[in-house]
Amino acid sequence: MEALASTLLALPESQDRFAMRRHHAHLSDEALVALVARGDEDALGELYDRVGRIAYGLALRVLRDERHAEDAVQEAFLQVWRSAATFRAERAKASTWILTLVHRRAVDLVRREERRQADPLTDDSAAGVAPEQTDEAAWLRFERERVQTALKQLPDVQREALELAYYGGFSQSELAERLGVPLGTIKSRMFAGLSRLRELLDDSTQEGSWKPEFTS
Amino acid sequence: MEAGIHELTAGYALDALDPEERSAYEAHLAGCERCREELASFWETTEALAVAASGPAPSPALRDRILADVRAEPPQNVVPLEPRRRRVAPVLGAVAAVAAVAALALGIWGSRLSSDLGETRSALARARAASAIVADPSARTVDLAEGVGSLVVDQDGRAALVLMNLGPAPAGKTYQAWIIEDDNPIPAGIFPGEDGVDVVLVDGDVADGEVVAVTVEQAGGAETPNLPPVVASDPV
Repeated sequence: MEALASTLLALPESQDRFAMRRHHAHLSDEALVALVARGDEDALGELYDRVGRIAYGLALRVLRDERHAEDAVQEAFLQVWRSAATFRAERAKASTWILTLVHRRAVDLVRREERRQADPLTDDSAAGVAPEQTDEAAWLRFERERVQTALKQLPDVQREALELAYYGGFSQSELAERLGVPLGTIKSRMFAGLSRLRELLDDSTQEGSWKPEFTS
Repeated sequence: MEAGIHELTAGYALDALDPEERSAYEAHLAGCERCREELASFWETTEALAVAASGPAPSPALRDRILADVRAEPPQNVVPLEPRRRRVAPVLGAVAAVAAVAALALGIWGSRLSSDLGETRSALARARAASAIVADPSARTVDLAEGVGSLVVDQDGRAALVLMNLGPAPAGKTYQAWIIEDDNPIPAGIFPGEDGVDVVLVDGDVADGEVVAVTVEQAGGAETPNLPPVVASDPV
């Protein structure tokens, strides 16, 4: 494995970093994770180029602070580097795995820092209305609209439970207290809401043109 | 009780369980295939929620900081000597634990899907199988005597070629891999070739002393190799 790493690092020095990155552009996300497990830094850079923006957007939504969001993404990618060998690359989507790491890190930070605002859903960034970005890919805009459309079709109490948990970083017991309902009710709303959202997204995937992987 | 813990799958996928329930759920997950499948499926849904949160791009400096972090890591953290033990070590932090659980759950879910893989997805399946071999820390790396790159062989003899800058095969031609035992070449799959890094699954098992080679053949492949090879490994 050292031989491979040194082969990968021994690219001609005349090539600049952009050219180095192009070497990995055609590989699947999962192949990149495999190379990361062998110590290939450029493969990690390519993964970051594909998933980093979504990762940062997610961390920013939860943490509401650019510096903290960057810290969460940085720590999650370091974890990708350290644990790439445990990832079952032949069977799983790498982007899903990376985003679970980013979200877990962001939620851990928001709970530790007690950075949550009193009412995150009144903030425009938490109401599912992210500001329009002119420089993002069309498929990303399409996908965001598709998910927001699906969220709007959920019963209000289910959507509220999902958004406060996933974007607000609230635990189930915190939500029960905040909303003044039994813990069991929150658990049921979350399960029903996520199940229903999955169905709605499956339905719209069949009719839409969802880009299946974060390949560039 | 069983139904109750199953319902926690949604809260776990959303990172919304309280610490005691999170631990109890992870313990339950190890023995419950139904929950592993459900969790992998819910994680796909939370990935959609993540995409929906997308907004402005991060500072360009973030990429540099991440790569600087990685360069500062001791290499033994990347390829652990005892990966299976490391996966369940109690010293793992919360993020490392979710990494391991994710690997477990996604792996199980994927194995169910993989039985449905049709012809159209076989190329993707092959790419993923090759990636798995390259990612396996117990696999051996064998140098190439001809060509640039490496041959990676796992403990069961499954092998993948990691090739640098081979380039696409000429029009009307294909690359073909071979496993050569003594002087007897066995066809081991065809592939189009790529600029940059290419990770190619070798069909068939590679035993000690055998050589893996690549030749250029007519489109569709050949029964006997067109010599000389463009890539040849050292004996495994």
